[in-house]
Amino acid sequence: MTPILRDLLLMLLKIVIMTNVLLGLFSLMTLVERRVLAFMQFRLGPNRVGPFGLFQPIADGIKLFFKEEVMPAAANTWAFFAAPAVAVTAAFMAIATVPYGPPFTLPFTNIRVNPQIADLDVGLLFILAVTSLGVYSVVLAGWSANSKYSLLGGLRSSAQMFSYELALGMAFVGVIMLAGSFRISDIVAAQGGSILNWNVMPWRQGLAAVVYFIAAMAEVSRTPFDLPEGETELVAGYHTEYSSMKFALMQMAEYINMITVSVLTTNLFLGGWNPGLSFLPTGGLWGLVYFALKVFFVLFVFIWMRGTVPRFRYDQLMHFGWKVLIPLAALNVLGTAAVVALWKR
Amino acid sequence: MAGLERLLQFVVSEVFLFYVFSLVAVASALGVVLQRNPIRSAFSLIVTLCSLSAIYGLLGSPFIAALQVIVYAGAIMVLFLFVLMLLNVRREEPSGGRATRSAAILLALVLAGQLGVALTGAGVTPAAGFDASTASFARVLFGVRFLYVFEATSILIVAALVGAVLVAKKEL
Repeated sequence: MTPILRDLLLMLLKIVIMTNVLLGLFSLMTLVERRVLAFMQFRLGPNRVGPFGLFQPIADGIKLFFKEEVMPAAANTWAFFAAPAVAVTAAFMAIATVPYGPPFTLPFTNIRVNPQIADLDVGLLFILAVTSLGVYSVVLAGWSANSKYSLLGGLRSSAQMFSYELALGMAFVGVIMLAGSFRISDIVAAQGGSILNWNVMPWRQGLAAVVYFIAAMAEVSRTPFDLPEGETELVAGYHTEYSSMKFALMQMAEYINMITVSVLTTNLFLGGWNPGLSFLPTGGLWGLVYFALKVFFVLFVFIWMRGTVPRFRYDQLMHFGWKVLIPLAALNVLGTAAVVALWKR
Repeated sequence: MAGLERLLQFVVSEVFLFYVFSLVAVASALGVVLQRNPIRSAFSLIVTLCSLSAIYGLLGSPFIAALQVIVYAGAIMVLFLFVLMLLNVRREEPSGGRATRSAAILLALVLAGQLGVALTGAGVTPAAGFDASTASFARVLFGVRFLYVFEATSILIVAALVGAVLVAKKEL
């Protein structure tokens, strides 16, 4: 086996594995979300299909496949078809540059594997760029269906995404300054050692962590920021007219975005694959274990927020984004810049 | 096996990727001007911007590539699309009198001449190799040479923003 062939095969294998892990996680999350939410609201949730309702996602998938595909007569065909495709493509591309653990040697071989599809020099910027392309799916879906609910939902959604993208990007800046790199693996390396070095700590980037998490929740339209799909006002927002598998693709993009945000939060603020406590074992596949645990914790916090916080009103949302989050993020940038310039040189 | 390897090496080589992305860029740029439907034109322009970004990446400047997508495709084009969709602009009808047409033909001839000169390479020396990585780019941009220009541009942008808000909102 020649080196180039081996590298390409390894890359292909990584892509196949990651895609399938993500799809599996997505279907698992649809179930976990409903069960955990039900638990928080003193209900049982879906528990009929399989043990603990574990086969519920499969049943949902089969149902969605066989549903009738309805398309509004006045819809713009190509844009209506393009919107779900853009949504899913952007969601998967964003997660392609995130590392999931330290490089390790495959058992029984001497092949080094970096559990990451592409290690870019500008990893964080790439993610920002691709997620900003994701807005097109919202705009396209809202406009192409030729329905007032879709259009209003699409407008609201995209206005919300622009407003919170600023705070999101500015929250990155402090983290980047502390690590001195856009590369996500460098940012994780800068949080190595003790748990006190994690960026989530108040003396590191605690403020940025809070701003980032709130802005990211708005960016993926989760409660309390899910008013693009406030069902009492807009039926289901920009994907009102989508049915069958196209609806499922829209849902999939939303969940994958949520997973991306959790993975990024883990990498940027929760120390990535570093265990943080010196008595915990390291090396080998342990990094992947710590990483997965942290990601599941962040995903749980997402569901927890949904079970706890009521939805914002539209003017409150805009007020909060522009007059609270962005100034806080700017303050954090200024403070971090001063500290880095004075002490860290 | 050797043939397959050579094929793979070619497919992942910079030259091949450059031609692929250039082809996409040129084709979608033609789409921008030849489409009658303004929304399709806007989408063709987005494809052009994204393939240009890929070419920046191939040239060894991932930072510029990311900025290209964030600023142009991610921000400016979304606003364009918003306006097009909200105003519900219909198909563009052929317009312009004889004067516009002859001016267009003249400009096209000038452009063709320039392209011809560039393609034959007469009197053009290729740029010396340069380091376009993020760090060296930042050193130039935030260095002493461009610092004041950079700051002046920021002031200009802030002034434009404040002006835009003032124009859009009659009562603050």
